[in-house]
Amino acid sequence: IRSYYAAKAIIQESKNTSPKLLMRAFCPSLATNRDKLAQVLWVLNWVSVITGITLFSLGLFLKVEIEKRREVMSKEIDSVPNMLISVGLTACAINFLGGIICNDCVDTSKFLRWKLLMLPYIICTFFFTFCILLGALMCYIMRSDLEESLFWGLREAMLYYKDTDMPGRCYIKRTMDMLQMQFQCCGNGGYRDWFHIHSLPNELVIFRRLRSNVEGKYLIDGVPFSCCGLYSPRPCIQHHITNNSAHYNYDYQTEELNLNLRGCRQALLEYYTQIMHSIGLIVLVIWLFEVSVLIGVRYLQTAMENVLRQGDPDCESDGWLLENSIADTARYNFNIIKNLGKCYQVDDDPNIDVPSTSQQTQENVPIKQIPVAR
Amino acid sequence: MALMKVKFDLKKRVKLAQMLWLLYWFSVMSGVLVFSMGLFFKIELRKRSELMDNNESHFVPNVLIGVGVLACCLNAFGGKICYDSLDSTKFAKWKAIMKPFLVACLIFNFLLIVTAVLCFAMRIPLEFTLAEGLKNGMKYYKDTDTPGRCYMKRTLDLMQMEFRCCGNNNYKDWFEIQWVSNRYLDFGAKEVKDRISSNVDGKYLMDGVPFSCCNPSSPRPCIQQQITNNTAHYSYDHYTEDLNIWKRGCRDALVSYYGGMMNTIGILVLLVTILQIGVMIGLQYINTSLSTLVNPEDPESESEGWILEKTVKETFTDIMAKMKAMGKGNQVDEGTNEEAPAAS
Repeated sequence: IRSYYAAKAIIQESKNTSPKLLMRAFCPSLATNRDKLAQVLWVLNWVSVITGITLFSLGLFLKVEIEKRREVMSKEIDSVPNMLISVGLTACAINFLGGIICNDCVDTSKFLRWKLLMLPYIICTFFFTFCILLGALMCYIMRSDLEESLFWGLREAMLYYKDTDMPGRCYIKRTMDMLQMQFQCCGNGGYRDWFHIHSLPNELVIFRRLRSNVEGKYLIDGVPFSCCGLYSPRPCIQHHITNNSAHYNYDYQTEELNLNLRGCRQALLEYYTQIMHSIGLIVLVIWLFEVSVLIGVRYLQTAMENVLRQGDPDCESDGWLLENSIADTARYNFNIIKNLGKCYQVDDDPNIDVPSTSQQTQENVPIKQIPVAR
Repeated sequence: MALMKVKFDLKKRVKLAQMLWLLYWFSVMSGVLVFSMGLFFKIELRKRSELMDNNESHFVPNVLIGVGVLACCLNAFGGKICYDSLDSTKFAKWKAIMKPFLVACLIFNFLLIVTAVLCFAMRIPLEFTLAEGLKNGMKYYKDTDTPGRCYMKRTLDLMQMEFRCCGNNNYKDWFEIQWVSNRYLDFGAKEVKDRISSNVDGKYLMDGVPFSCCNPSSPRPCIQQQITNNTAHYSYDHYTEDLNIWKRGCRDALVSYYGGMMNTIGILVLLVTILQIGVMIGLQYINTSLSTLVNPEDPESESEGWILEKTVKETFTDIMAKMKAMGKGNQVDEGTNEEAPAAS
């Protein structure tokens, strides 16, 4: 170690002599690489602020879409939109800070302000990119949750379809009708679900048309008008659907266009899956972009630190991602944490006498020197 | 005596030129906006051309598209002139065409005002076209097996659901036409035979409406058959029941939809006209201020700018006199030509 320092002192002295002027003449063109990097990163950070806003608005859009059909969902699916919203806002803040830092990196004197903050900033952003990735993955796994919520929600909505005079449920009929018309679907899994539901209000039923009198309900083989298929060549048949003789020239087993055959659960699931797949794709692209910006900032940080160490702002400096290999860096960081623990133990023990304190200084020296030797 | 004379020094001229350049780019955007509104209107008319009997006039959207493109070109050109006016050498090449260009701008502004008026006035022919088209559309509702008309049922159903309307004037229009195809009528049944024989044309008429007339906000399941028969349904009085089916006629709904669209477009075109008049006045100021430099060699000298060299009345009499002189000049030429051959 001593010889290393001696060697460094010799190099410094040689730098102080005449070749310096010559180097100055060459150096400015080499130093602009760093400036260019800082400027490019500044622009990229501002673009990232916009992508952060995009993430936020995507989360907001998804939240609004889910709220619109809240009535047919049994439980609130708010984990994914909330995640996207918070990630978007955090991305804006982080990239805004990054833009300011990169702007200041062009000038070494301004960089001194941010010197201590940059490494923690990079580490935080590195962990934050994992959050973005998690957001993208959640978009793809939300499906099963949604399917279950839709199943129970639609079932309940169909049960309450007839309760247009009960407060709190009076708009379910309208919601259900609009849903079936908009998505061209009928019932939960198919139109037969309506046969099991008692859809006429009690006071309107005067004939006891029973198929099977389960729990005193009046079950009829009819569906609401909103199940009618738009592409049917004949006027809609919504009552006595399974009774071929009730209608002229009608066979309900071959008639495909009369009613909407798709179930609303299926239709809504497909709709939301499509939205979430697109959002997931966009979030993945944004994640890649953020990672590349992070790599650029890391290069800039190490280059700036090397400039400060060399003492000559006009000369080129090296930039890197990690000084040693990943295994070495991990081992080094683990050693720091281990030695930190050791340090506190030795300091706090009052029974340790002088000989062990010299041992302590010997132990301390390697710890202190390692950061400097970096 | 000039109209709205203003004194200019170099700084003021430069500021005016820069502001005007910005305004010209804004006008180019507004030209693009007018173009896209015209395109949007054209597409909306095309979407429902079946309901208008394929007879609708695309005159107004075409005019909007043309005006939008013209606005873009004129404003881009004007922006280039403004940009060059900051440099006297470059501006010299534009000096000759400034006056014709300003006259062209004036004519274009008149064209914009006419377009705006057209937008507001198009409502009336549209109403007639829609009335005719909807009547025919309803007649062809049942012809789902006739090529060329097989999608009329779907179009009408979609329209009635989207615009929340029923029939032409109101739902009773459906009572007067046969909207059930003969393929699905059992001519052996007594009820069918009674209905057919009850009217002159032999049509199967009933007091029922298609399902697309149903109102989802109704508290009871939709009653679409035997609407006028109170006894056929429990607790039902068709005079007081107003949530069952849509009460509004589709002609009304469509006219108000298109009318609203055209009103918005007309107001937008008027705003664009005001902007265009503003930039035209600005360009006139630049033109006059750069041509009345006190010391033509020194770009920093003062100058004056105005909208019209003389007052409005005098300018008008000048123009009339010029036109009369042009006319008289032709007559005198003809007179001399006649004398010369006579003399020779």
